[in-house]
Amino acid sequence: MSEPVALKLTAKDFKSDQEVRWCPGCGDYAILAAVQQFMPELNIPRENIVFVSGIGCSSRFPYYMNTYGMHSIHGRAPAIATGLSVSRPDLSVWVVTGDGDALSIGGNHLIHALRRNVNLKILLFNNRIYGLTKGQYSPTSEVGKITKSTPVGSADAPFNPLSLALGAEATFVGRTIDSDRKHLQSVLRAAAEHEGSAFVEIYQNCNIFNDGAFEQLKEPGTRDDYLIRLEHGQPITFGKDGQFCVVHPPGGFGLEVRETASTPAEEIVVHDATVADPAYAFALSRLPGFDLRNTPIGVFRSVRRPSYDSVVQGQLADARATVSETPEQQLAGLLGSGDTWTIVG
Amino acid sequence: MSKQIRQLERVVIRFAGDSGDGMQLTGDRFTSETAQLGNDISTLPNFPAEIRAPAGTLPGVSSFQVHFADYDILTPGDAPNVLVAMNPAALKANLADLPRGADIIVNTDEFTRRNLAKVGYASSPLDDDTLAGYAVHPVALTSMTIGALAELDVSKKDAERAKNMFALGLLSWMYSRPYDSTLRFLERKFAKRPELVAANVAAFKAGWNFGETTEDFAVRYEVKPAKMPPGTYRNITGNAALSLGLVAAGVRSGLPVFLGAYPITPASDILHELSKHKRFGVTTMQAEDEIAAIGAALGASYGGALGVTTTSGPGVALKGETISLAVALELPLVIVDVQRAGPSTGMPTKTEQADLNMALFGRHGEAPVAVVAPKSPSDCFHAALEAARIALTYRTPVILLSDNYVANGSEPWLLPEVDSLPDLRVEFATAPNGEDGTTFLPYLRDPQTLARPWAVPGTPGLEHRIGGLEKADKTGDISYDPANHDYMVRTRAARIETIPVPDVEVEDPDGDARVLVLGWGSTYGPIGAACRALRQRGLPVAQAHLRHLAPMPANLGAVLRSYDRVVIPEMNLGQLAHVIRGRYLVDAIGYNQVRGLPFTAAELETMLEEVLKNV
Repeated sequence: MSEPVALKLTAKDFKSDQEVRWCPGCGDYAILAAVQQFMPELNIPRENIVFVSGIGCSSRFPYYMNTYGMHSIHGRAPAIATGLSVSRPDLSVWVVTGDGDALSIGGNHLIHALRRNVNLKILLFNNRIYGLTKGQYSPTSEVGKITKSTPVGSADAPFNPLSLALGAEATFVGRTIDSDRKHLQSVLRAAAEHEGSAFVEIYQNCNIFNDGAFEQLKEPGTRDDYLIRLEHGQPITFGKDGQFCVVHPPGGFGLEVRETASTPAEEIVVHDATVADPAYAFALSRLPGFDLRNTPIGVFRSVRRPSYDSVVQGQLADARATVSETPEQQLAGLLGSGDTWTIVG
Repeated sequence: MSKQIRQLERVVIRFAGDSGDGMQLTGDRFTSETAQLGNDISTLPNFPAEIRAPAGTLPGVSSFQVHFADYDILTPGDAPNVLVAMNPAALKANLADLPRGADIIVNTDEFTRRNLAKVGYASSPLDDDTLAGYAVHPVALTSMTIGALAELDVSKKDAERAKNMFALGLLSWMYSRPYDSTLRFLERKFAKRPELVAANVAAFKAGWNFGETTEDFAVRYEVKPAKMPPGTYRNITGNAALSLGLVAAGVRSGLPVFLGAYPITPASDILHELSKHKRFGVTTMQAEDEIAAIGAALGASYGGALGVTTTSGPGVALKGETISLAVALELPLVIVDVQRAGPSTGMPTKTEQADLNMALFGRHGEAPVAVVAPKSPSDCFHAALEAARIALTYRTPVILLSDNYVANGSEPWLLPEVDSLPDLRVEFATAPNGEDGTTFLPYLRDPQTLARPWAVPGTPGLEHRIGGLEKADKTGDISYDPANHDYMVRTRAARIETIPVPDVEVEDPDGDARVLVLGWGSTYGPIGAACRALRQRGLPVAQAHLRHLAPMPANLGAVLRSYDRVVIPEMNLGQLAHVIRGRYLVDAIGYNQVRGLPFTAAELETMLEEVLKNV
């Protein structure tokens, strides 16, 4: 294969002519800018990129990308994108969704896209609130959340999006934050390189209905002690001075956070995103507490499994390899198959 | 002993037994043999939704009716001339449909006290006067089958299971059917178990020879081939024909067909059939639910495929929101609804036409779509092509309203020449269409068809965004402008309403009818048979049948108004009649029945005779 020609696209090429209409200060602006800046790196012609979204604030995203795009209906973007991706393997298909869109009304499509390993890059903007419908609690809101629809606090337990994706055996799972452009783009890069479903949760601030939901992860004074920046092949230590680490206690099922100073170096878990058993990444996804302490970001899991698209296209190619007739000849043969009889005039 | 041979013009046979007795297969084989002989045929399978209902019970009875004749026929027949009853339940469930004098062949081995008790027979109907007036042929089908297979290396269970082939052999003898195709079929079906080929062939031949030798069957019948247009035929069910129509639409359009489907009775066979045709570039995806199935199909259409989703009524209800999205996106999409008796789960294996309202109106907002309905099993092929033609040409969702009766029924199909099928080629947009030569306007319409350009991803320079939000005319940008919305709603309605569809044809051979019977979909056969019977009796009546429910044929209003009375028989409570009254201000009379079964020609004939008297 020859080297692909450099397209020399810039962030500007990915900006559509539509006026962006999110609320001033919305985290979506930062994500949009980061994505537009990242896209040229893919070196994929704009016409071969499609953004498909559902309904919600985040789902307005495709209108602002100068690629092909579809703003569809609530929760159904993964299903629509599946049909597009599997029938058009030449395209780079991205799904933009939110916590309500992907985990409430569209939960079924999300888990099935992930288990099939459809070649989709799924960006879930998680702000833990319903924004477009003006402030009801979402399936990622914490228990007891007081909102317009839950004046005395919500009664239902939230989903952990990464745990859910890993339960569905997603082959690529990552998390990043709207305000950290460099990190966000590093996760997008890894997702784009992955063949199959790549699921990326992006913590996104809704400054109108749930402002500061992830503040501890952004505030210079707290973020280093709260965030675990996962690096493949590196021991998992974090904190301003690397004072915390992650271990797998013998006899336990999960992972725990310890003080680095009192932990023998060989007991510190070395991050490996390619571990076949999803239990490891699942254990990582369970580390954060309600106060957002011990929140891992980065690539949790990245394993190889044939994509649904490639299997389906392979079956089609195998079937077509046996054909030597024209489609019309084939059709005449098919229509006349089985028990036939002829009436002579 | 040579037997008397009697010529018949037509015969209706019903094979009935337990769900596990193989009656559908027996009926299929008899139909195939009959097709080989050149009779015209129409079949009606009737089976429970349960895969194996408790053995020997009334709910577990499965039947297959075949009507064959030496002239062209339109229905599977109102009443059987012959009933094959494999057990007491099959006898009891079907006896009421039999006219006096009909032949009843019963498997006496199953008339045990226990089996009789299961269906509430205090004494055996073979011993009392229950069957007085019928020609009863008691045959020890099970034991004779086992006896015939005694020398073969098969288990008693396998031997017993071959009894349906004994019955088939006997009936094949009675009606002088050629059986080569059945022997070939058995070799194919049991290719991996030669001992079962031998057993089933032996059972078939034992049944044939039993007819030949027993004195109980003194007469053998012949039904001469029907005079049918020359050509090559095959017998086909509606679901199979519909599947082939979709494959043909792919070939004739040059587009890959993408089917998104979730299994549902009675539509699943279309998914099964299309999954075999990958060499035509047909992709089938068994989705996680009905919504995903249509979503994936719409996604594929967006990418330049012919997107199709197949389902039944409950599935269409779930797909409604996505159909509305497809209306807004103005993309081609074929939605197949194989109707079954509702509401809710209803009677999944029984037929009904009660989804017409949903097809025409069952969406939020003003969301018009085209609606096409096949009139017979083989017509499903052409109706599928017509649905695809409208979808591709006018970039719109099209609902294809089949039903369980045409889906599972079968009839001979005159194979069309591939070259004679409609040319469905489409042109994708390849260049900017704005006046400046660089802008692409995704909602700039073709002035003839009102269709917007189909610009598929991968086309350089035409990158654009579409969505469910209201779009500005031409540019497709999000628009909340009141005048624009009013214009777009009216335009979406107009683009369906102005699709040219063929005029409705009226069958009124002498031109002197004052009453018109208007039907749609699968009622074509029974209505046609009733009208013929009336005309033969000198009672003029006209028949018109709608294939296009939306838009309706341009001449329909004039046709309706040219008759003194319009009668609309439907397997619902008057859904088409309601539309016709509202649209054409014609005082149509409804004739409605929702028993899960097709109309009989006889009941329509009786009803129409009453109408004729009062004109």
